[in-house]
Amino acid sequence: MYVYQDYDQRLLEERVAQYRDQTRRYLAGELSEDEFLVLRLQNGLYIQRYAPMLRISVPYGLLSSNQVRTLGKVVREYDKGFCHVSTRQNIQLNWPEVQDVPDILAELASVQMHAIQTSGNCIRNITTDEYAGVNPEEVEDPRPWCEIIRQWATFNPEFAYLPRKFKIAVNAVPDADPALIGVHDIGVKIVHNAAGETGFQVWAGGGLGRTPMTGAVIGEFVPWQHLLAYLEAILRVYNKYGNRDNKFKARIKILVKALGPEKYRELTEAEFAELKDGPMTLTEEEVARIQGCFTEPAYRDDADTGALQKALDENRAFNRWFHTNTRAHKHAGYRSLTLTLKKTGRIPGDVSDEQLEALADLADRYSFGELRTTHQQNMVLSDVAADDLFELWQKLDALGMATPNLGMLTDIVACPGGDLCSLANAKSVPVAEGIQRRFDDMDYVHDLGLLDINISGCMNACGHHHIGHIGILGVDKKGKEFYQITLGGRGDKLSRIGEKMGPSFESYEVTDVIEKIINVYVDKRLENEPFIDTYERIGMEPFKENVYG
Amino acid sequence: MGKMILDGEIVDNNWQRFEPGQLEEDNQSLPENQPVIVPLAYWQAHRDVLLEREAPVGVCLEPGEEPADLAADLPHLPLVAIHFPAFKDGRGYSYARELRTRYRFTGEVRAVGDVLQDQLFYMHRVGFNAFEVRADRDIQEALKNGLQPFSVTYQGDVHDPRPIYHRRQELERA
Repeated sequence: MYVYQDYDQRLLEERVAQYRDQTRRYLAGELSEDEFLVLRLQNGLYIQRYAPMLRISVPYGLLSSNQVRTLGKVVREYDKGFCHVSTRQNIQLNWPEVQDVPDILAELASVQMHAIQTSGNCIRNITTDEYAGVNPEEVEDPRPWCEIIRQWATFNPEFAYLPRKFKIAVNAVPDADPALIGVHDIGVKIVHNAAGETGFQVWAGGGLGRTPMTGAVIGEFVPWQHLLAYLEAILRVYNKYGNRDNKFKARIKILVKALGPEKYRELTEAEFAELKDGPMTLTEEEVARIQGCFTEPAYRDDADTGALQKALDENRAFNRWFHTNTRAHKHAGYRSLTLTLKKTGRIPGDVSDEQLEALADLADRYSFGELRTTHQQNMVLSDVAADDLFELWQKLDALGMATPNLGMLTDIVACPGGDLCSLANAKSVPVAEGIQRRFDDMDYVHDLGLLDINISGCMNACGHHHIGHIGILGVDKKGKEFYQITLGGRGDKLSRIGEKMGPSFESYEVTDVIEKIINVYVDKRLENEPFIDTYERIGMEPFKENVYG
Repeated sequence: MGKMILDGEIVDNNWQRFEPGQLEEDNQSLPENQPVIVPLAYWQAHRDVLLEREAPVGVCLEPGEEPADLAADLPHLPLVAIHFPAFKDGRGYSYARELRTRYRFTGEVRAVGDVLQDQLFYMHRVGFNAFEVRADRDIQEALKNGLQPFSVTYQGDVHDPRPIYHRRQELERA
């Protein structure tokens, strides 16, 4: 992963000192609520329903075992023993005290972690494919480009007070959208031209939230040298012309739609013309230096796949987990595996201090000391040798972290919802729990196959409900919690916004409704046809009929 | 007379600034011997008269009024102010940067309005060299702690256009 230089570390320490002073002035009454609000948000601190929430940045989802160990310590000392993996691959603490935050940041800074720009109207954490660098399908490793963008975005003086939050994602897989670039403010797709040179197809104006839409291609092929200049050009147009009167119309998607992608491109190109070939131009030396931080670890070439096969033949539970939760790796003899953090009754994405510490040890022992977070609120051990898998699985199983349900109905993505978040209209956790309890037969869940259920407690769509094959959105109707269902969203091969099914439901009805939807699928599916394909083949009507009929 | 920060020092603010519409509403005339900052619309309406004045004239841009609206006049202006009605409105950062890098404006670029300690560093990096810190705040502390909280920057800025990858060696020696 990216190795901090002395100056990167110095920057973090100076940030801790700056934030400590801002907190001091706030507590002393020298900063108004409104002034501190903006400052603390740019540092990931929300004041929530019961307590503040601190969002810790996990750049492009990559964590060292040392960082995970420190997170475990922080979670134990400053929180209630749990943290939460968010749909932006970040880590959230739900019970810190405002006055403790500077100390938490100092602790995090000691392992090159921070909460810089994890909230507020600025450029947020850069996200990517959780299998970046080991995914056999990618054209090249996206992580160095994420790091290059991260540095440009960090404390960028011109873009700290944008009209609204701004999210950038990078994808390097040709025929899929694992980073959801189609629904980001800017999506960067790494492509190679006929000459084999790296460039970027740059999308802008996608997003979820109140007005979900997929973005448009603004830059068809931006040569790698000009990546930052092009991003800066897009941001300048947005900073000047984005709506600042109405926060519901302030995202770049509204501006791109209002101007039209052609006009947005024209304005961007005008800014870009001024920046192109200027001092921002990336150099081969710099790109190579950053790429040098993401080299292959010392893979073994003697991983014993015979031992793996034997374990697969002998142990049915291991076999099932292997086929659902591990995937192919660039290097022969290795697999990447995903731990689903979806324990029934807990907030999806929750992980405890003890689990974090155990995972750090397992990462050291089996996966070159690295872990990743995913936008589906899970964690990944990316580089495990075939002949270690069975032993590792046994240890994960003992930790309760080997549930074989990746990408399946019970691997539900959900925001923390009204139990913790003050924005939420509805409680997402009991809804997720109801579904998980109804579908508690793992054989049946496996029979149903790949099925994304996403739940958001409000329009802000932190649970990415629009891109769930089945999406569930909490809405408020005269002070009562209701749930609106969408079908056909996608965040897999492509990003697509789901369609509303019809009138919303009360919370006690939701599980039954999901079951009715599933029954239609079971009834209509062709052999080996996943839910989303059946939906695309037969459309909304049969589902609607069974639910409302 | 208020105080302000100019080029890293606290000085008296000799300039009188008029809000948009203020001169027309009050049917006021400009003080003859004092430097003034007038709104863009007033400048555009009275450009010829203002250019004849002996005391200096600067122009203030509101959010939505871009440097492009003033481009041709910049060689005649010693000062451009940029108004922040609320510190959260970040358009002025792009305006200041444009004044410096696109139009090569070398006069004073002044932040006025909701100007606070915690924004000064960014403002300075995009090209502001003068700050009318809000009157109810401690300008000494703003100067001491607001202008240089960081010794490291990743991007280039108006003072040094080189991003970190062109000046790494200097930083490593620091």
